[in-house]
Amino acid sequence: MSDASSILRGRVAAVLGPNIDTDIIYPGRYLNITDREKTAEHLFELAYPEIRPKLQPGDFIVAAANFGCGSSREQAAAALKFSGCGAVIAASFARIFYRNAINLGLPAIVSPAAHLECGEGDDLEIDLAGGLIRNLSRNLSIAAAPLDPRAIELIRAGGLIPYLKAKYASAPAAS
Amino acid sequence: MTLAEKILARASGRSRVAPDEIVVADVDLAMSHENADLVRKAFLEIGVPRVWDPEKIVIIFDHRIPAESEKTAATHKAVREFVGQQGIRHFYDVGRGGICHQVLAENGHVQPGMVVVGTDSHTTTHGAFGAFATGIGATEMAGVWVEGRLWFKVPSTLRIEVEGQFAPWVSAKDLILSIIGRLGAAGADYRAVEFDGSAIRRMTIASRMVLCNLSMEMGAKVAFTPVMEIAPDTDARYERVLHINLDYDLPEPQIACPHSVDHVKPVSALDEIPVHQAVLGSCTNGRLEDLEIAATILRGRRVHPQTRLIVIPASQRVYLDAMRLGYLETLIEAGAIVNPPGCGPCVGVHQGILAAGEVCISSTNRNFIGRMGSKDSFVYLSSPAVVAASAVAGRIVHPAIVMAKEDAHV
Repeated sequence: MSDASSILRGRVAAVLGPNIDTDIIYPGRYLNITDREKTAEHLFELAYPEIRPKLQPGDFIVAAANFGCGSSREQAAAALKFSGCGAVIAASFARIFYRNAINLGLPAIVSPAAHLECGEGDDLEIDLAGGLIRNLSRNLSIAAAPLDPRAIELIRAGGLIPYLKAKYASAPAAS
Repeated sequence: MTLAEKILARASGRSRVAPDEIVVADVDLAMSHENADLVRKAFLEIGVPRVWDPEKIVIIFDHRIPAESEKTAATHKAVREFVGQQGIRHFYDVGRGGICHQVLAENGHVQPGMVVVGTDSHTTTHGAFGAFATGIGATEMAGVWVEGRLWFKVPSTLRIEVEGQFAPWVSAKDLILSIIGRLGAAGADYRAVEFDGSAIRRMTIASRMVLCNLSMEMGAKVAFTPVMEIAPDTDARYERVLHINLDYDLPEPQIACPHSVDHVKPVSALDEIPVHQAVLGSCTNGRLEDLEIAATILRGRRVHPQTRLIVIPASQRVYLDAMRLGYLETLIEAGAIVNPPGCGPCVGVHQGILAAGEVCISSTNRNFIGRMGSKDSFVYLSSPAVVAASAVAGRIVHPAIVMAKEDAHV
């Protein structure tokens, strides 16, 4: 069942093609930046420098298949999150990027058709638990995979760090 | 059960597991490189005082060694201090190791049947030793440092059986590039890959590591080549079985063209492509056999005047062995520069960055836009033999063309 806290509303900032690799999202030369907030400065810097300036808090990035392929660099997911991106919607995700996004509290939503049925500037409403995207600008419903309850729990907590922090703060003797 | 299923069943305390089940598995080995600094920060934020088991954590600097900037020097220093505080003994500092995947292998950290996680996507390399080995992010690794376990979705398995003999100058790199070209960059996404067959069983361990390493570039979660200690059950269920016969499926070297690893063509299908830089190294192809074949090609020949050749031994041990065997002498006499063991220019940080418009032939693993420098540069991926031959010819060529010529310049 869905509830209000698993509904996201926002605008599509960009619609991208397939195989958006982590070097495109966050260039390797900046991997020595280990302050997560600062990674935002280099989001899509080499390939799509026009995206970051127009990204408003809560905006969505929409893409075709295999988003986030390539390296395990968490900075790719962090740069999206700390640029204000509210969720990434893609036809499929590379597995490490997907786990990184959820672990940082950034919703990653699998929807095979979203990249075909959304355009830049469209307003969307996403039901994370129910697996449905509504394109309010085009009055369309787009199917998506419901987010795993474990992933929703992590996203609600703000990511794995706050989740584990709360877990071990409330049960300090846990081993 | 397949190898992936067997290992996850053991590590999660179950008798059986099947694809798509979620299991929580004990981690046997947790490896990080410079991004241990990100892990360290997340770990400190969680607030647990000690790591779960300092004996199971290995930290190896390789991406930026020696430190190329003050910023990196500071992160190296922070990790060194953390390692000391936590009693992490398996720490390979500058000059003590080399590329993380080579160092793990050389020092026997990986054993068959282990669950290995690393904050590096090419952690799949360790399937060559029968381990369920996969890449994870830094925050997730902080969770492993706290809890010593991690959830996994049991992957379905793609089996690839390879028979036949390699044609002259064709190697494991060409085989895996051709498979990636055929299956695509997401062709093994979320899946385990099991390589087997007589051709695989004849391969050196170094060549098997190439297959497992590059399986990541088709999205594989883990990849395996056969080991004696653990084998899939004879009734294991596979999602798909591919059969390859090297005798007719792989007649010549393969090249991954810009800007994706699945954009693969046989070398004969390429136009004359002049190369400004040739790179021999990386966790994919910087091992002794790779330096050996390059030395074979470059012996008595010279690197083309318009081309520079960068050689990076994968580890201190490979460096020393290549020196003692005379390979480095041959390569240096031919005009190569030898970088210290590490990732070198592969990740686009230092030691061989490309300018706009430049073309590189490289034995590394990725050719994404801007991977090795300018967003307007071009990286072609190939075997070490093609890298060496192209360095001599000044253009991308089949090694047989270079070897057929007696004189220094082709």
